[in-house]
Amino acid sequence: MPQSLQITAAAPDPALLDLPWDVPLEEWPDKVLAALPRGISRHVVRFVKMSGRVIAIKEIGETVAFREYELLRALQRLRVPSVVPVGVVNGRRDASGERLETCLVTQHLQFSLPYRALFSQQLQPDTTTRLVDALAVLMVRLHLTGFYWGDVSLSNTLFRRDAETFAAFLVDAETGDLHDRLSDGQRAYDLEVARVNVIGELMDLEAGELLESGVDTVAIGAALVERYTELWDTLTGAESFSTGERWRVAARIEQLNSLGFDVGELDITTDVDGTTVHIQPKVVDAGHHARRLMRLTGLDVQENQARRMLNDLDSYAAAADRQGEEEEFVAHDWLTTVFEPAVRAVPRELRGKLEPAQMFHEILDHRWYISSEQGRDVPLPEAVASYVEKVLRARPDEKAVLGVSDTAVLPVVRD
Amino acid sequence: MATVTYDHATRLYPGTDRPAVDALNLHVEDGEFLVLVGPSGCGKSTSLRMLAGLEDVNSGRILIGDRDVTDVQPKDRDIAMVFQNYALYPHMSVADNMGFALKIAGTPKADIRKRVEEAAKILDLTEYLDRKPKALSGGQRQRVAMGRAIVREPQVFLMDEPLSNLDAKLRVQTRTQIASLQRRLGVTTVYVTHDQTEALTMGDRIAVLKDGLLQQVGTPREMYDSPSNVFVAGFIGSPAMNIGSFRVADGAAQLGQTRIPLERTVLSAITDEDKGHITIGFRPESLDVVSQAHESAFPVEVNLVEELGSDAFLYGAIANAGAEAREMHSGAGDAQVIVRVDPRQVPRKGETVWVAIRPGERHAFSAATGQRIAVV
Repeated sequence: MPQSLQITAAAPDPALLDLPWDVPLEEWPDKVLAALPRGISRHVVRFVKMSGRVIAIKEIGETVAFREYELLRALQRLRVPSVVPVGVVNGRRDASGERLETCLVTQHLQFSLPYRALFSQQLQPDTTTRLVDALAVLMVRLHLTGFYWGDVSLSNTLFRRDAETFAAFLVDAETGDLHDRLSDGQRAYDLEVARVNVIGELMDLEAGELLESGVDTVAIGAALVERYTELWDTLTGAESFSTGERWRVAARIEQLNSLGFDVGELDITTDVDGTTVHIQPKVVDAGHHARRLMRLTGLDVQENQARRMLNDLDSYAAAADRQGEEEEFVAHDWLTTVFEPAVRAVPRELRGKLEPAQMFHEILDHRWYISSEQGRDVPLPEAVASYVEKVLRARPDEKAVLGVSDTAVLPVVRD
Repeated sequence: MATVTYDHATRLYPGTDRPAVDALNLHVEDGEFLVLVGPSGCGKSTSLRMLAGLEDVNSGRILIGDRDVTDVQPKDRDIAMVFQNYALYPHMSVADNMGFALKIAGTPKADIRKRVEEAAKILDLTEYLDRKPKALSGGQRQRVAMGRAIVREPQVFLMDEPLSNLDAKLRVQTRTQIASLQRRLGVTTVYVTHDQTEALTMGDRIAVLKDGLLQQVGTPREMYDSPSNVFVAGFIGSPAMNIGSFRVADGAAQLGQTRIPLERTVLSAITDEDKGHITIGFRPESLDVVSQAHESAFPVEVNLVEELGSDAFLYGAIANAGAEAREMHSGAGDAQVIVRVDPRQVPRKGETVWVAIRPGERHAFSAATGQRIAVV
């Protein structure tokens, strides 16, 4: 008896059954597809509309599919920024009974941008640097949890705007491996692969005349290594000082907080005669500001967006002379009287352009800009109206980026 | 190009008692294609990653040529990990796709072009060098990915299950391609797989690992003809060898009414620890269908015949052996025997056929240690 279609998923959506699994992914009809930009992939990947959301489907070998599904689930549990796995569909057969490749299904990350889409938009000058910074942070976070990526590249990463920077998400875990702890060799190799891939990808954009001119691709690769190493050393390095300088323990924790990390465990030892103290962070968790904002307001946003919003919350408390009050109460009032009205003032049809938190960040930026231009404190409602007309309307929709040429199927290039 | 030497190389993961790789001693010759094979968790990938510098070596050392690389960074080992990443860059020519790593390393342009052209010749890609990857077929794209590794001219190629995400047909094709390419290039290669067929067809030599311990290393023929222990005997070959635990009595190995005479040298190798037993192995193709009158013939009751055109395999159980039939194992499971039979004369299901082991094709192993007992 032929094997029947089998769907493995933690919370299966019945709509999955309605998709044309008996057709090779490459031939799926346009009516089920979502026009989203795809990265370079060695597999067939398609974005599909389902139950009002978008899912990504990748055709891949059966064992690899299950392996990647489990890995992505593990990464979710470890709260590593990565795409959310939906399930694995195997036992596919076409109309004539011929076996079809297994599919791995993941959720499309809303408001995420593949690097190729970013480069086909109007860019701020240092986009490349900011992307590489985001990738370095992601790699450090993955390595801290013991994840060896194996094939780090911009193509295997998605980016979301995070205030003035980007936050990077892992998309492809096919070559990855989860360990208790990574060896220095594993980290070094991952970093070298990342360096070479990133430079290669940028050289490709250069060849396609998509890269801002004057970018030194090799130097950007080197910057990735430098940024990663710097961050890794700050987060994990041991430091020694005399017993009299114990304030340095607090200073170290503060330094890590300012980088967006919380210290879960700190190793403190003194030498035999008690004159020297050694400290080394053992467990560090990213998302210091995001967690704090979540606790205060219930808003789940990116790290730098959270940092920006917390700053605004602080100035709100200061302006209302409520700094001595319970933080939770002030935060609640800020949420209902500042954040929500600002976001709600944006016309409904324009809300898909950016994530609310990113929009709020840009509104604050815009207010600062017009305030300094006009030499007065522009009130928030007025700033929102001005932002909507002068900035937002002209922006492309980023909830699900449309209309960017497809790069998964290599574009036809005539010599 | 270079040799590779594992010298008592050990990898012990923190918090575990048993090393993932236990004092591995292995020497790979210059230009050799060595396959590390074994079931999952045997330590084959860990061994490869130790060579790549991805795993720490807790004791012992690893040499590439005469150079001790035990503490050398992965990127400074002059090795290339080849994987099936054929995500090619669409805007770059095939030549640039192959040579971009050299460009990053600052290699002069003329040198890059020369190396790319040489690699392209070997890979049959010369006429495509100035085209874009779009113009290539799937197989050609894969060769461009190989080309990326080749142009770096590493001392050693490392491949970790490179075929695992390909479908069955492409896997066989690529298997042949990689093997012939490696011979043409003559670059020392260490290749990891769990698939013994892949190992037999590709390797100059095969190293079988189990539980972190090297079981045996040798040419495919050696591994097949004289496995050094029961594990290797059962692991190498498809369908797998029939292996059974026999009683030793009256100078013969006995199981039910089956009686296989043993040589004097074999009998004298049996020790008290073996408790009067011996492990006997014979491959499906080492059996002949004979008449009942044959001196060491034993009966097999046919359960199923699998016809493959060129071959036919009979799956059955040793007849009249009672509970002892369960002491037999084969690729088909417990209490089963597999026999290759003439595809033009296949017995029917339910029939009993008499078979005998061809002279010199019977394997004997110590019941206690599992080690091969040689017939001198």
